[in-house]
Amino acid sequence: MKDALNWLERLGRKAAAGVAEFGFAATLFGQAVYWLVLGRWRRQPVRMPSVAAQAMDIGIAALPIITVLSTTIGLMLAIQGIYTLKTFGAESRVTLGVALSIVREFSPLITGILVAGRSGSALAARLGTMRINQEIDALSVMGINPVRFLVAPPLMAMMILMPLLTLWADLVGLFAAGLYIAIELQGSLAAYADEVVSILKLNDLLHGLAKAAIFGVLVTIVGVVNGASVSGGAEGVGRMTTRSVVHAISAIVITDMIFVFLVTR
Amino acid sequence: MSNAPPSIEVINLDTHYGDRQVLKNVSLSVNPGEIFVIMGGSGSGKTTLLNHLLGLLRPTSGTIRILGKDINTLSSLEMQDLRTRMGVAFQSGALFSSMSVGDNIALPLREHTDLDEMTIGIVTRLKLEVVSLAGFEHLMPAELSGGMIKRAAFARAIVMDPKLLFCDEPSAGLDPVVASSIDDLILRLRDAMGMSIVVVTHDLDSTFKIADRICVLDKGEVLALDTVDAIRNSPNERIQNLLNRRTEEAEVDPDAYLRRLLGEKEKHANQPTQGRTGL
Ligand SMILES: Nc1ncnc2c1ncn2[C@@H]1O[C@H](COP(=O)(O)OP(=O)(O)O)[C@@H](O)[C@H]1O
Ligand SMILES: [Mg+2]
Repeated sequence: MKDALNWLERLGRKAAAGVAEFGFAATLFGQAVYWLVLGRWRRQPVRMPSVAAQAMDIGIAALPIITVLSTTIGLMLAIQGIYTLKTFGAESRVTLGVALSIVREFSPLITGILVAGRSGSALAARLGTMRINQEIDALSVMGINPVRFLVAPPLMAMMILMPLLTLWADLVGLFAAGLYIAIELQGSLAAYADEVVSILKLNDLLHGLAKAAIFGVLVTIVGVVNGASVSGGAEGVGRMTTRSVVHAISAIVITDMIFVFLVTR
Repeated sequence: MSNAPPSIEVINLDTHYGDRQVLKNVSLSVNPGEIFVIMGGSGSGKTTLLNHLLGLLRPTSGTIRILGKDINTLSSLEMQDLRTRMGVAFQSGALFSSMSVGDNIALPLREHTDLDEMTIGIVTRLKLEVVSLAGFEHLMPAELSGGMIKRAAFARAIVMDPKLLFCDEPSAGLDPVVASSIDDLILRLRDAMGMSIVVVTHDLDSTFKIADRICVLDKGEVLALDTVDAIRNSPNERIQNLLNRRTEEAEVDPDAYLRRLLGEKEKHANQPTQGRTGL
């Protein structure tokens, strides 16, 4: 009985902490957007060179790995698609499934997970280190708002870069799948391209890109929240960095499901 | 000098971490152009007091006026303005590790002024000259020694020509020669730029060398606030203990001490006894 009560109490405390963390995340997002929109009026504009530097870091550096993985996923979907459809002799319809899954699901998802692992964790580590070195206090006492200086630039960079990276992943994935399908079913790449264009509606493309932008926000905010909550030295930074990757990927997958549920029903 | 309004005025400041009261009814004032040392043992609340003066923490009750402005009633824009008129050298330096020393020092200028890069470069090098770090602006903070980091932190703190400078433990972690040179730097800054300087430290030698007035904190209370000579000659036993580096809770019971060392075993030995009294 006492154990059960203890357990309940611990659960309650965890839940309260979770709600508090969620509130912190929402506040941070609100403040970052505030500074992006009204920073100039408050004499603290969000600096574009800083956004560009973040964008280079998030985007350009991630291009090679995103290219490799989208190629792999395109091939994988084509192989699986043909294998599955063969069982009822419908392998000629493979393009439909492949094109929709890449554009609506796989591209945003794989891009989100990659960016969470590369940039979200880096953001958490950077903020965590800055926190334990008192660098965040140093910004505050200089009259430089830390959210404006540290959170708004990566947030803006992510919201722009994630859809662009996803678009690239779409193209690469569709191309790789097309190559396999054209060879395997003895069609031409041009015929495949025509089919893709006739299948995909703008809505499908936007569905994926909108999710990518949302994932960008999630990755940034989760990274910042975990970085800002670091305590306990370098070890704490490591712990929160790991936590930020796990949380960001979970948030991406769950949000994806909710988004799909709300939008496609 | 005594007619001028004080640079800092703290009235009846009470603060808590959670339920625990850390500062108790602290009142003090810092005059323009004076070096004011907040001294006290470890855990006496020095850093907490400093963080309140910097507006990083909100007090439970009490008033803090910095350069005549009550910092708890200021709008955030006014607070931002006030902060450009004060500088802080943190204990660890808190230099931004992703920026060179020069960029660190130039940051407040880039963020708060419309100066062109050429002027910013000149001001930056001038301030590095003041702290004897000329020619180091291209190094990264990781490439500096402990004393150099403190100097660079001072350069960044004074780059906007503040009226008020705060330093947390300027000599902590430095060897005596370097520590002494930092003390000289603080004296030089006050003489050259006429700013008020608040120094938080537990270093007695440094305190007596630089202070005009000393505030002795003890367990969150102001034990004494007076000139260097008055503090040195104070009849108060607690102050003398602090000055002579005597610990207050001297160990008197060797048995208790031994028992504490054997803590693990003692607990086990006690358990049956506790069980019996419980029943
Ligand atoms: N963030 C905090 N949360 C809770 N208690 C704290 C915190 N910071 C300091 N304290 C406590 O407040 C007291 C004063 O600490 P501090 O101001 O750091 O003293 P000092 O700088 O003089 O060593 C100490 O007992 C310390 O344990
Ligand atoms: Mg301290």
